[in-house]
Amino acid sequence: MKLIFERSREGRRAARLPRNEDLPVPEVPSELRRSRPPRLPELPELEIVRHFTELTTRNFGIDTGFYPLGSCTMKYNPRVNERVVALPGFRDLHPHQGEDGAQGALELMYELQDMLAEITGLDAVSLQPAAGSQGELTGLMLMRAFFADRGEGDRRRKVVVADTAHGTNPASVTMAGYELVKVDTDKRGNIDLDDLRAKVDDETAGLMLTNPSTLGLFDEHIEEIARIFHEAGGLLYYDGANLNAVCGISRPGDMGFDIVHINLHKTFSQPHGGGGPGGGPIVVREPLEPFLPVPAVVREGSAFRLDYDRPKTIGKVRGFTGPFGVFVRSYAFIRSYGPALREMSEVAVLNANYLLARLREAYELPFERLCMHEFVLSARNLKREHGITALDVAKRLMDYGFHPPTIYFPLIVPEALMIEPTETEAKETLDDFCDAMLEIAREAGERPELLKEAPHRRPVRRLDEVKAAKRAIVRYRFDDHPELEGKPSEGEALEAQKGA
Amino acid sequence: MTYVHLTDADRAEMLETIGVSSVEELFRDIPEGVRFGRALDLGDPYSEQEIVERLEELAALNRPAGEEISFLGAGVYDHYVTAIVDAILQRGEFLTAYTPYQPELSQGVLQALFEYQTVICELTGMDVSNASGYDGTTVAADACFIAKHATGRTKVVLAESVNPQVRQVVRTYAPGFGLDVVDVPHRDGITDPDELRAAAEDAACVIFQQPNFFGCLEPAPDLAAASSDAGALPVAHVDPVSLGVLEAPGEYGCAIAIGEGQGAGNPLSFGGPHYGFIAAREEFTRRMPGRIVGETTDVDGQRGYVLTLQTREQHIRREKATSNITTNQTLLALGGLIQLCWLGPQGLRELGETCMALAEHAKERIGLPLVFPERTTFKEFAIRVGRPAAEVIRSARTKGIHPGYPLGRDYEGMDDVLLVAVTERRSLDDIEELAEVLTA
Amino acid sequence: MAADESYPDELRYHPQHDWARIDGDEAVLGITWYAQDALGELVHYEPPEQGATVTKDASYGEVESVKAVSDIIAPLSGEVIEVNQTVIDAPETVNEDPYGEGWLIRIRLSDPGEADTLLSADTYQAQLADQ
Repeated sequence: MKLIFERSREGRRAARLPRNEDLPVPEVPSELRRSRPPRLPELPELEIVRHFTELTTRNFGIDTGFYPLGSCTMKYNPRVNERVVALPGFRDLHPHQGEDGAQGALELMYELQDMLAEITGLDAVSLQPAAGSQGELTGLMLMRAFFADRGEGDRRRKVVVADTAHGTNPASVTMAGYELVKVDTDKRGNIDLDDLRAKVDDETAGLMLTNPSTLGLFDEHIEEIARIFHEAGGLLYYDGANLNAVCGISRPGDMGFDIVHINLHKTFSQPHGGGGPGGGPIVVREPLEPFLPVPAVVREGSAFRLDYDRPKTIGKVRGFTGPFGVFVRSYAFIRSYGPALREMSEVAVLNANYLLARLREAYELPFERLCMHEFVLSARNLKREHGITALDVAKRLMDYGFHPPTIYFPLIVPEALMIEPTETEAKETLDDFCDAMLEIAREAGERPELLKEAPHRRPVRRLDEVKAAKRAIVRYRFDDHPELEGKPSEGEALEAQKGA
Repeated sequence: MTYVHLTDADRAEMLETIGVSSVEELFRDIPEGVRFGRALDLGDPYSEQEIVERLEELAALNRPAGEEISFLGAGVYDHYVTAIVDAILQRGEFLTAYTPYQPELSQGVLQALFEYQTVICELTGMDVSNASGYDGTTVAADACFIAKHATGRTKVVLAESVNPQVRQVVRTYAPGFGLDVVDVPHRDGITDPDELRAAAEDAACVIFQQPNFFGCLEPAPDLAAASSDAGALPVAHVDPVSLGVLEAPGEYGCAIAIGEGQGAGNPLSFGGPHYGFIAAREEFTRRMPGRIVGETTDVDGQRGYVLTLQTREQHIRREKATSNITTNQTLLALGGLIQLCWLGPQGLRELGETCMALAEHAKERIGLPLVFPERTTFKEFAIRVGRPAAEVIRSARTKGIHPGYPLGRDYEGMDDVLLVAVTERRSLDDIEELAEVLTA
Repeated sequence: MAADESYPDELRYHPQHDWARIDGDEAVLGITWYAQDALGELVHYEPPEQGATVTKDASYGEVESVKAVSDIIAPLSGEVIEVNQTVIDAPETVNEDPYGEGWLIRIRLSDPGEADTLLSADTYQAQLADQ
C-alpha cells in the first residue's frame, strides 16, 4: 500500500480557507521566514479519505474482534460516550475560559473526583495526569514531597517494586529520582514476604504494587505487606492497571494503599485510539492532599472553582486540568453503571476463570490458583515438545480472527501468554476463542508449519524487526527513500487487495 | 445500563466448568479484612438516554467557542478542524485499537504514525520524530531529559517568554531528573541572545518559543547560535500552524523541536486530550522517548511498519528507559496528520498568512497601545487596555465577546494587558465588535 | 547466520557470560555463545570510550537485540586501548563469530592477578548446565 506522500500530486489540494483578499499580509523578516515549503502531501479530499479508509481496513480494533490483551482491559468502548464528548459545550470549550464559562466542565470533574474517591476508598483526587505512567510519576513525586516536608527526604531514597511489575514502574522510579529495589514473587504468585522484610528499612520511601498482580493473582498477604511498609514509615502506591478485577469488591484504600492511579483507558472505557489518549488520575489519602498538582477543582457553595493557591503543591505535570475529553467518557461510563461496577468486576473475573478452566488442558498453568480478571499461561510445553513458541501461537490466532493475548510478559513466566477477556464478552466469544486455542495446540503437534508461517491472511506477515532496528528508517525520505529490499514471491500482488 | 451480557444459564454453565459453586467463591483469595462491605455509593445506573440528558445538562452550563466571539489563545487555539478528522478517527478500527504491538494486525495505525512522524520532521526540519507525547508541556520535560543524558550537564535554561505552563511543568519534573532550572527574562517581548548565551554556560539545553507566548517572533537563529556557543542544546518550542510561514528549527541550528499539536487538528476540549510533538536530529534517535515507528519488509518482501528501537522504552529497558511513557496521544496525533494533509503545503502557508493578516488588521482597528510595538507578531499580540484586564474581560463577556487572555496572571506589571489571538475563524465583523468593546 | 555452540578452551570465562583472551599484560574481551543466543540477533553495540577504565564485575557497555538490552560485564579490570569498530558497524558479527571477529574491546590489564578468579571453559559450561 502506498504512503500518503506517494499518492501526492503537485497542485492538488483539499482545503479551501476563507480569505480576505484585501488584507495585506505582514512580512516575516527574511532570517525568520520559511525557506522551503514543508513536503506535506498534495491531495484532493476524496483521496485523503480513501487513503485513511484503506488504512483502517488494515487495522484491528475491539470493534473488529476479541482482543484479550492482559492488563490492557480491552472492553467495549460505548458509542454514547463518543456522542457526548462531541457536544459543543465540551468540545469547543477553551481552557482559559474562566470558571464562570466552564461550570459544567468543572462540575463534571468534581463529580468524577468524588466517584473515583469512592471507588478507591481514598480521599483526594487530581485528574491531571495524562496516562497511567504519568500518574505513577506524579504519585512518586507526591511521595518525595511528602517526605521532604517531614525532613525525611534525603534519607528515604528507595522504592520497592515487584519483579512482575509492568516496565513503567521501574522507569517511573528512575524518572522520579528514586533508587529501585526489586522484590521476588513466591511460588504461589504472592510477594515473597521474607525477601520483602529484608529489603524494607528506614531508607524506604515506599512500595509500588499492582493488586491483583500482572499474574492476575490477588496478593493474599496484602494486609501484612501494608503493615511492613507503614511500620517502616513508608507509603504504598497502587498501580491501578488491574482495577477492573476488584471494583466494589475490594478497594485499594482499604487494602492499605496511600496513593492510587487509575487508568481511565482501561477500567473506565476511554478508547485506546491505537495507543492513546488515556487518563491517569491519582487518588490519595488525606495527608498527601496538600501536595497534589495545581489547579485543584473545588466547590464553593454551589459553584465550582479552580484553586491555584496551593503552597505545597508539587507543581504541574500537564497543561490545564488534564485530558478533559477523557473525563467526559469515563464520567458517562461510571454513571452508566453506578454500583453495578461490582457486577462488572465479577463478570470480568468469571470470564477469565472460565477461559483458564478450558485452556489449562492444553497449556501450562504456572500458578495453581483461581485467577482474577486475567491469567498467565505458558506455551513452554509446546516449545519443549514441538518447537512452537508463544509468538507462533499468537500469530496463528490471527488466522482465527482474534487479536492475540499479551506475549512474553510478565518476565518471570517463560513463553508467557497473558489473557484478559474483560466483562463485555459474550460466552460464545469466549468459547470460540478457547476452541481456537485448543485447535492451535493440536496443530502444534500435527502441522507445526501452519503456526510457523502464520498469519496467512493479513496484508503482511512476520515483519523483520531486526532490519527495522538496524536501519532505523523512521520517516519517508522522498527522493532519498531507500529502495524496497527483498522481492515479493512469484505470483503475489505487490499491494494487498483493498478491504482485505 | 451495563455492557455485561451473561445470562443466568451462561453463568451456571461457566461456574460448573470452573468447578466452583458461586461467583463469590472466585474471590476467596481476597482476605476478609480488605473486603468492601457495602454497595458503591455512585447513584443509580443511567440508561443511555439518561446519560445523554445529563451530559447535555452539564454541557449547557459551559460557554463554548460557538457561543461567544473569542479571542482567547495563550497556547490553545480555535482553528478550524476539518470534518474528515472525525469521520476517520471515529472508525472503530482506529478508535478502539490498542498500541500496535502486533504489527500484522496494526498496519493501519503503524503506517499512519509513520506518516505522522514524516510530517512532523518535514514541518520542523528534523530527522526523527516520536509517535507523540502527552502535550506541549511534557515534551519540554522530555527534551530536558534527552539533553541531560546527551551533555552530562545538570542545568536547563528557559526563556521567560516561553508559555508559563510549559515552564511550570519543566520545573515539576526537574527535581526527579536532578536538574536546576534557570529563567532568562524577556527584553521588550523577546529574548536577548547575549543574555541567553551567558545563562547557558553550563546548561544542558536552552528552550525558547517561536512565536513566543506574547505572540512575538524571537530572533530564533541567534538564540540557537547563542545556545550552541555555550555548549547547550538549542530546543525550539514551535506552533505547527506557523510552520508554513516561519522557518523550520532544523534549518537554523536547533537540536530538538517540540510543541503543542492541538492547533493542527484537535478541538479545544477544555485543554485536552491533545498531542505534544518532539523531533530531533538523527544523533539523538536512540535517546528519544516514546514510541517510534520504523519501516521494514516482511517475510514475503512486502513493505511494512513496526514499532522499532523498542529497547529505549520502559517495557524492555525498564529502569534505564528514555522515559516511562507508554500510552501516548496516538489518536490525537492522527487527527493532526489528517488536518495537515488536508491543509497541504499551500493551505498551511495560507492559514499562517491569514492569521498574521487578521491579527495585524485587529491591531489597527483596536487602536490601543501595543505592549511590544517594535516586534513582528504571528497570530497573537499584547495590548494595554488602560484598566485591569480582568474588568475588561468581565464587561466584554456580557456583550458576547471574550477579548483575550490576561497576561497579568503570569507576568509582573501586566495587570492591564490582554493577549489577543486572532485565528482564521475570526471575521472582519468580529474584529470590529472587539474594537468597539475595548475602546468603549 | 549464528555460530554453532562452543566455548574455546584457551579462553577464561566470567559467570555473567563474558570471555577474556589474555595476551601478556593485555586482554581481549567479548560475550559468550550463550549470551548472543539468549539476546538474539544484535542490532546495536554501545561501546566504552577509548581510554576509559573498565572494572571487573562492572558493566562497560551495552548490546541490544530487538527485544532486549544487556549490560556487558567486564571479566577483568583495565584501560580500554581498542574498541572493535567492526561490531559497531555490524553488530551481528557477534552472533556469527562471538570469539573471533566479534570481540568487543581490548584492554591493558591493571591487575593481571584477577585472571585467577575466572572460570575455565569446563567450569563455565557446567554452570550453564545448572541454570
